[in-house]
Amino acid sequence: MAAVLVNGAGDGLVLDRVTVNYGGVRALDAVSLEIRPATVVGLIGPNGAGKTTLINAVTGILRPASGTISLGKTRLDRLSQHRVARAGVARTYQNIRLFGTLSVADNVRAGAYRRRGTLADDAVRELLTRATVQVADLRGQAGTLPYGEQRRLEIARALASDPKVLLLDEPAAGMNPRETGGLRALIRDVARSGTGVLLVEHDMSLVAAVCDHVVVLNFGETIARGTPTQVARDPGVIEAYLGTNAAADMR
Amino acid sequence: MLEFLAHHSKLIDQIGINALLALSLSISLRAGSLALAQAAFMGIAAYVSSIGAVRLGWNLPLAGLAGALAAALVAALLALPIGRLRGVFLAIATIGFGEIARIIEINWPITGGAEGFSGIPNDANTLWIYGTLALAGAALALFGRTKLALAVAATREDENAARGVGIDVAAVRMGTLVAGAVLAGFAGTLYAHANFFITPGDFGFSRMEQVLVMCVIGGVTSSLGAVVGAVLMTALPELVRFLQDYREVSSGAILLGIILFAPSGIAGLWRRFS
Repeated sequence: MAAVLVNGAGDGLVLDRVTVNYGGVRALDAVSLEIRPATVVGLIGPNGAGKTTLINAVTGILRPASGTISLGKTRLDRLSQHRVARAGVARTYQNIRLFGTLSVADNVRAGAYRRRGTLADDAVRELLTRATVQVADLRGQAGTLPYGEQRRLEIARALASDPKVLLLDEPAAGMNPRETGGLRALIRDVARSGTGVLLVEHDMSLVAAVCDHVVVLNFGETIARGTPTQVARDPGVIEAYLGTNAAADMR
Repeated sequence: MLEFLAHHSKLIDQIGINALLALSLSISLRAGSLALAQAAFMGIAAYVSSIGAVRLGWNLPLAGLAGALAAALVAALLALPIGRLRGVFLAIATIGFGEIARIIEINWPITGGAEGFSGIPNDANTLWIYGTLALAGAALALFGRTKLALAVAATREDENAARGVGIDVAAVRMGTLVAGAVLAGFAGTLYAHANFFITPGDFGFSRMEQVLVMCVIGGVTSSLGAVVGAVLMTALPELVRFLQDYREVSSGAILLGIILFAPSGIAGLWRRFS
């Protein structure tokens, strides 16, 4: 990790030995990772591994007990939530959290809150198109959209802030294969534009298709890291997902 | 027409003042805060402006500004301890604050105590009242187009998601409380200066409850709705005088009906049928 930090020259999001406790439970145990600009890092692990906890620690909802989180030269781990967002970290949520009774356009505009001025309708449309949101009426209530459109609108809202880092918490949950295909193209497009992406996801084919690097968590500890192919072959990972017996059967 | 206006000038003034109060509460409600301190802010400004006018000879504009400033300062201080409270807990804490303000007004000799404070110059005429209301309405309409208005609405919808896009939720809540206190303060000054005489009871829980009913009837997040609610709830009791003994009953029944059948108030009904 140290070598990565030196070479990275500090443009990206860096977590250095971050530990988070929930009361007596250690939810994250000295987890380190780096998301450089224009790369996609996958974060996988069984339920309860600490994936969402990590996103919440980065975005300032949870405060790490130890370790540091920084974006470029900015230390994030002591900032309040809205300041982390203003520093350039955008996210989506595992359970969709749109501004339900506001219009589709206002949701996107709210996403651009940290930027100067307000977005014109054209800019809003452009972001919606980019996130493949299909809505005819910009003035319609966000909460009345179909589930898949709401998920993509959340991504459009996150992109509206022109983030340096985008944290996606299970974006493919509940999407059909065609929609997941669109999501794959979108994530690649976001990374190509220079944004670093952290992808928390259970859909392994999506992770394998878009991630440059994958970190595997189990019970708050890093149990593997590497390219998607390396990680998929790791016996420790297979064991964490399937249990010791099943892992033995597969060998 | 003129005869009607002259005959009902007291009622017309009362409608304007109540509309200002309803507008002031609607600002907090728009950020999703059930902060019920409007009557207290109104009382603070009423006493500051009246005492200033009687003891120090302030004219109405000066008294109005001083009253609004006092209410705003108290609101900013109040925002600190109640900053983390939400929903019904916030409502209870702010109602408690209102009671504290009322009891101070009763016991502080300078206010004239429970007997009331009298001799206030009667210089808040209909023009002042409706001029202030028009300015407040225009300011809110202009504000509605700004980015801050979006931050207020986003805070109401989902505080965490609002923080997640960079909105300082604590500042939004404090800002709406203070802005509401300024409007309630103007209403308090106008009320005092239209009535010669004020008592702490004028600014108690029943006033707060009336204002809340106006906002709920009008539609909690709509400025125009708040004004319509204020007009209805102030004028209706006068128009159906024969029901006077049942005033509280009828206003309770109207509130219940609105909450059950039109939770977005008159503004919501208007949107649905237009």
